Amino acid sequence: MSTSTDRPEPAATTLARGSDGRPVSDRGDTVCVIGAGASGLTAVKNLKEHGFGVDCYERETGVGGAWNWRHDRSPVYASTHLISSRPFTQFPDFPMPDTWPDYPHHSQLLTYFERYADHFDLRSHIWFGTEVIRVEPVEGDRWDVTTRSTGGYGPERTSRYAAVVVANGHNWSPKLPRYEGLEEFRGEVMHASSYKDPAQLRGKRVLVVGAGNTGCDIAVEAAQQASHCWHSTRRGYWYAPKYVLGRPADQVNDMLLALRVPLRVRQWLYHWTLRLTVGDLTRFGLPKPDHRVYETHPIANSQLVYHVGHGAITPVPDVARFDAYGVELTDGRRIDPELVVFATGYLPRFEFLDPKVLGDDAGTGRPTLWLNAFAPGYPTLAVVGLLQPDSGVFTLAHWQAVLFARLLRQRLVRPERAAAFAATVQARAGERYSGPVKDSTRHWFEVGHVDYLRAVQRALDSLEDR
Amino acid sequence: MSAVRIIRSREWARPVRPARREVVSVAPESDEGRPPLLFVPGFGHGAWAFAEHWLGHAASRGFPAHALSLRGHGASEPAPRASLRAYVHDVVQVAASLPRQAVLVGHGAGALVVAHALARYPARAAVLVAPVFGGWATFGAALRRNPAGTLPAVVGGRLRLRRAQLFSRELPDAEARRYVSALGGAGRRAQWQLLSRPALEPAVGDPPVLVLGSPDDRVVPAGALNRVARRYGSAPLLFPGMGHDLMLDVRWREPIDALLDWLEKEPAAR
Repeated sequence: MSTSTDRPEPAATTLARGSDGRPVSDRGDTVCVIGAGASGLTAVKNLKEHGFGVDCYERETGVGGAWNWRHDRSPVYASTHLISSRPFTQFPDFPMPDTWPDYPHHSQLLTYFERYADHFDLRSHIWFGTEVIRVEPVEGDRWDVTTRSTGGYGPERTSRYAAVVVANGHNWSPKLPRYEGLEEFRGEVMHASSYKDPAQLRGKRVLVVGAGNTGCDIAVEAAQQASHCWHSTRRGYWYAPKYVLGRPADQVNDMLLALRVPLRVRQWLYHWTLRLTVGDLTRFGLPKPDHRVYETHPIANSQLVYHVGHGAITPVPDVARFDAYGVELTDGRRIDPELVVFATGYLPRFEFLDPKVLGDDAGTGRPTLWLNAFAPGYPTLAVVGLLQPDSGVFTLAHWQAVLFARLLRQRLVRPERAAAFAATVQARAGERYSGPVKDSTRHWFEVGHVDYLRAVQRALDSLEDR
Repeated sequence: MSAVRIIRSREWARPVRPARREVVSVAPESDEGRPPLLFVPGFGHGAWAFAEHWLGHAASRGFPAHALSLRGHGASEPAPRASLRAYVHDVVQVAASLPRQAVLVGHGAGALVVAHALARYPARAAVLVAPVFGGWATFGAALRRNPAGTLPAVVGGRLRLRRAQLFSRELPDAEARRYVSALGGAGRRAQWQLLSRPALEPAVGDPPVLVLGSPDDRVVPAGALNRVARRYGSAPLLFPGMGHDLMLDVRWREPIDALLDWLEKEPAAR
């Protein structure tokens, strides 16, 4: 196993000059990983395990990325718990303690990542407090990575790497919808990313916009803390309970997936189970879903319907416009919240990278990749964790990292296999790994975990089959 | 070995139930950054088998040493219906709870548990001591040497090992009797799985594997020992004159020293 954990010495190894003529320190076969969150950590661990030297840059001072509540870009709030149960969420080769609950708390997740980093001695590879500001392809499929201290002070430094893993996360740049009159609104407005603690809701009239898992969590907290809570959703959704038949719902669902039960049958079974457990939601005044289950990102929340039934949450339709003292809804009703929380999601951002590199020629912000990870024309670049699975993302990020590590190894050992892989990337970029889903930025990276892992399995087999 | 299998629906949908596990640990006097060792006893044995000599000795040479009792063994929670998968789960859980990447050392059928655990945990290295990988040849050998102790296991009873199978004649009578009386039994399903032999998946991260045993072992025939070693691309390290329980026999010091020497010189294991 390689032990090239030594930090680059800018002067000693300078061989080349970058695009702007400044010196570049050549890091040889070392791979650069951007970000030390869940995806970045598993990339460092798996690259290291496959014998590569790794330099990882992390803008914060700790590991865990979004799951580290100390980080200013972390979206977690005091009550954040996992949506997928433990077996679906842990790294496949480093299980969470089996004494933990089915749905651990975010602070346990952070402990888990810190232990992962210590167990596999990953911290010696990570440059904390260092921000990546530019990643540029150079000849020979190599990359110039320019970094500086987080916050922008200190000199910039450019290092040349054999490969780059982009693991900067996609849940930190808030997506704020535009509404007519929002500027005139005199109440308080916040995005869910700045929601941290239920005390922020206490005694207020609160409008929560958005029915993602975060929106539902905040609505449930508002139901208990606020003086009133409206929950505005664009459409009706399926609110799945976290437990079905006394077991975590995703574990029950996966038994059907393991048996390869067709989608239609699973949808029928799911509707039937929901009718038996949650019941008819229109009775509660919630709109009827305009889609079948599995066509939007699943919402796992057992408490929302409960609080609607207790009158603590009033479901309302989409917001039409704001004015100084209130909100007009699309059904013509007027409500007068003091606080509006937009749980409207996040958008991916790769400001250090030319959008064209990730196949985003139109500049919409949506990359075109194969397996949501590999960019056509750039065989030594991978994006890890750019996934919105119907289960935990860390397992999937782990296998993306393993696939990339094996691809890099095959480039050295069996280049013809790596070339065939590159051709596949070119031909199949933009492929989807889920059933039909509603068109929305929320579903840009939506994957069904079994469909996705089957595709990764085929890719692994094609790389390594004898 | 088959290729890596990444869709593990059964493990996701039916996770192994947690069980209270006994872990005995001996820390070295000063932490020299050596990898922790996790000793996994075979069927019927508990952490006590390693606590007797090997843990202390490994710690005295600077290795943090831990031994666990698989569920249903030693002071761990009773688990009469445990399967091989539950045992593997126990090993992986304890390994992942250690502060650093561990070396897994399995003895007897515990070596088979370790071989399966290697597919679920990237061990730094693995050592298989007198490995019992099961199969009909091993069963035949056990039947010939100890029919009364082996036959009940076929119908779900406890597999009973005799003193002559486990120790050399040099071991004092009183000690041998004490060890044999401490033996327990493995789960019925796990015992059967020694015969059905679930397929081994490839080890995560390709750790170096050392196989050691004794040509005079009355449980593991020489052929079986060689087959296991060949699976990992090596030949077994042999300690003639010792019984199956190398960690309890009179000359327990030789195999543990060889094991630690190997770890010290194996570059990937450091």
